[in-house]
Amino acid sequence: MLTLRRFFATLGPGVLWLAVFLIVPVAIMFGYSLLTRTDLAQVGGPLTLESWGRVFGYDALFREWVPDNLRVLGRSVLIAGFSTLLCVLMGYPLAFYIARQPARRKSFLLLLLIIPFWTNFLIRVYAWILILRPFDLVPSLTATFLGMVYAFLPFFVLPVYSSVEKVDWRLLEAAQDLGAPPAKAFMAAVFPQTLPGLIAGILLTFIPALGTFVVSDILGGAKTALIGNLVQNQFGQAGDWPYGSALSFLLMGAVLVGLWLYARAAGQKGLEELI
Amino acid sequence: MTRRTHPALSAWAWLVYGFLYLPILVLIIFSFNDSKFGATWAGFTTKWYGVLLAREDVREAVTNTLLVALSSTLISTVLGTLVGLGLWRYSSRFRLPLTFLLVTPIVIPDVVMGVSLLMFYSLVRGGLELTGWTFENGFWTVMFAHVTFQISYVALTVRSRLAGYDRSLEEAARDLGASSVQSFLRVILPLALPGVLAGALLAFTLSLDDFVVTYFTSGSGFRTLPVLIYTSVKKGVTPDINALSTLLVLFTVIAIIAANAIMRPRAGRGGEA
Repeated sequence: MLTLRRFFATLGPGVLWLAVFLIVPVAIMFGYSLLTRTDLAQVGGPLTLESWGRVFGYDALFREWVPDNLRVLGRSVLIAGFSTLLCVLMGYPLAFYIARQPARRKSFLLLLLIIPFWTNFLIRVYAWILILRPFDLVPSLTATFLGMVYAFLPFFVLPVYSSVEKVDWRLLEAAQDLGAPPAKAFMAAVFPQTLPGLIAGILLTFIPALGTFVVSDILGGAKTALIGNLVQNQFGQAGDWPYGSALSFLLMGAVLVGLWLYARAAGQKGLEELI
Repeated sequence: MTRRTHPALSAWAWLVYGFLYLPILVLIIFSFNDSKFGATWAGFTTKWYGVLLAREDVREAVTNTLLVALSSTLISTVLGTLVGLGLWRYSSRFRLPLTFLLVTPIVIPDVVMGVSLLMFYSLVRGGLELTGWTFENGFWTVMFAHVTFQISYVALTVRSRLAGYDRSLEEAARDLGASSVQSFLRVILPLALPGVLAGALLAFTLSLDDFVVTYFTSGSGFRTLPVLIYTSVKKGVTPDINALSTLLVLFTVIAIIAANAIMRPRAGRGGEA
């Protein structure tokens, strides 16, 4: 039984911390999204839905509909989605390769994978400037994709690897014994077993890719501005906190949709296993 | 079980590894390049390391980064371990909301966490100013922000470490006359320790690596290494940043190998993380 005293002795301090530094700030952000920008980084009343209207493409008086923001959101989803797809193409076979090596070699290969993973995120993105600059590719969309894939690939490979590691290969042999051609045997006997890791990997790549502003900021330039850049700009140069707050909720909404799709695909336990 | 791998699969794997290491290699090579603008090779030099080490702001950023990482890890390890224990020990109807609360800091986009804390601090400052107090965004605001994203990782690591143990272990200790504090210190904590250490290590690295949340909560007077790198990169590529990056990569490699050596003998009982 969880009595009040036990709660305060164990869960209490951590829960209180998260309430103060996570829940309250998000609640405050909601409040700000209903105010108006009065000056750079200054807000005032009265309460209005103007920022929310702008997020969904309306002008201040809700008369005209210009879906620029939705276009940026669409572009973010597309860029994050395509980067994730590239991660799948590169990382899914890699996970199999690693999982099927002898034990010593396996831990060495995993170590080789973890080193870039733990190398500072900014350095990983910055290094691409050095490579792509001679080809005049910074800033460009190509650079953004390369940076995204490079930054998020290890997030994808590790969960897929832990799924491949658990694969019961006897099923593959059984399928082959029963006469299935290799590709069909793989799809029927192995692929479904890797699905939990694959979905987790896709999510762990897609969510940070959707929210990032660093990669596009450093490698992409203004033409590839993503929803994260739009948010950053409202808290930087534009100084429009209400609009930035409403945009943040749009971004969180997109992430929640992703998680909801994941929960539907992976079942109830999936969310806990994800971490 | 070892099975033969198709040559195409091996080739693909090594291509991907090449992709992963190309930027790091280029970074290291350019840190020894005797050219101010760095696009072409102009001979070997170590002078950028000298330039780097002489920079006052770099040394200050290193100190700031380590101070933030150490203090936030200390706080989040204590809070997170207690939460992990609580999750393991008590089943309650709050389990689902608690899991939700712990998952939120992990899945919420960095930029959203950063800007919401920026507004939170600004509002708190506004409130304090009414009473004549004030504070600048700096060490404390950054450190508290880091604790916020670290707690969940520590709690979940500790919980998954304890998941295999039966809760009756603690009852047994109590039956044998241990007080609740004694049973915690002598029985539960030693069992949880590998999880606590792994969680602390993860929290520490997350703090070292964080740019986005720090960027929004640090104000102008306080810079950590990632913020310093970002500001430099925005101004243009300078060779001393290559030297700094190379040193950080070297540090990462050493840290990972050391962590591997320390964790391996203890990870015998299938503790993940």
